[in-house]
Amino acid sequence: MLLCVMLTASVGDTFLSHGMSQVGKVDMHHLGLLFVALKNVWVISGIVLLIGFFASYLSALSWADLTFVMPATAFGYVIVALLSRFWLHEHLSIWRCLGIGMIVCAVGFVANGPSRTEHTLEVMDSGVGR
Amino acid sequence: MIANASLHAWFAIFGVAALAVMGEVLTAGAMRRIGDLDDIRAVSGLPGAIKAVLSSPMFVTGALAMALNFFMMLYALSLADVSLVAPATASLTYIGNAIAAKLFLRENVDRRRWLAAVFVVIGVALLAH
Repeated sequence: MLLCVMLTASVGDTFLSHGMSQVGKVDMHHLGLLFVALKNVWVISGIVLLIGFFASYLSALSWADLTFVMPATAFGYVIVALLSRFWLHEHLSIWRCLGIGMIVCAVGFVANGPSRTEHTLEVMDSGVGR
Repeated sequence: MIANASLHAWFAIFGVAALAVMGEVLTAGAMRRIGDLDDIRAVSGLPGAIKAVLSSPMFVTGALAMALNFFMMLYALSLADVSLVAPATASLTYIGNAIAAKLFLRENVDRRRWLAAVFVVIGVALLAH
């Protein structure tokens, strides 16, 4: 599920970026271009993926803590950076590589811990208690 | 004049982060109250799961905060460069979420999770470098 959150958000954003680069610059005098954008296959695919992201994000929050899901979603930044490097052929500086390393470490930290805080009341309700 | 403009930009950046934290904490709180969506879907199907989410006032308030966050983000982007706004709002949101999750959702934000939040903040700042 978390993999789904990471992939749909990052690939969705990249698709939107690619689609909007094909549509062109939208400003106050050319707002009609936004409707043209809705006919672009990359923009449509991006919107579908971002809807999928929100659904999987909500599903993840229904069984895991916010502070567990947060760093996992941040891993999407890493995927966006890698996609922009290898698909959009953008420059990936040493600073960005370091940033990727930091986020990977952060995901590693929380992935090794419990995904959900069990509150005392809930534990007592379940009959286990302290 | 420049200092005033900068103050406005930072006010907008803090506004974006505050609305994002509010939206995410309310959404997370609502999902915790609703329960595991997979279990609900197994019993009531997908329409039942969607109904359970959309009928939660806490979720609707959170979604409203997220919508306001989007417009505040547009306002912030009209005042400052995206290279400042994006990492600044992301960093403030991650730290704000960790604090709010501990205070309002009573999550066990242990040393490991604090460290993860700090690493994400530094990582996002480096990605925007």
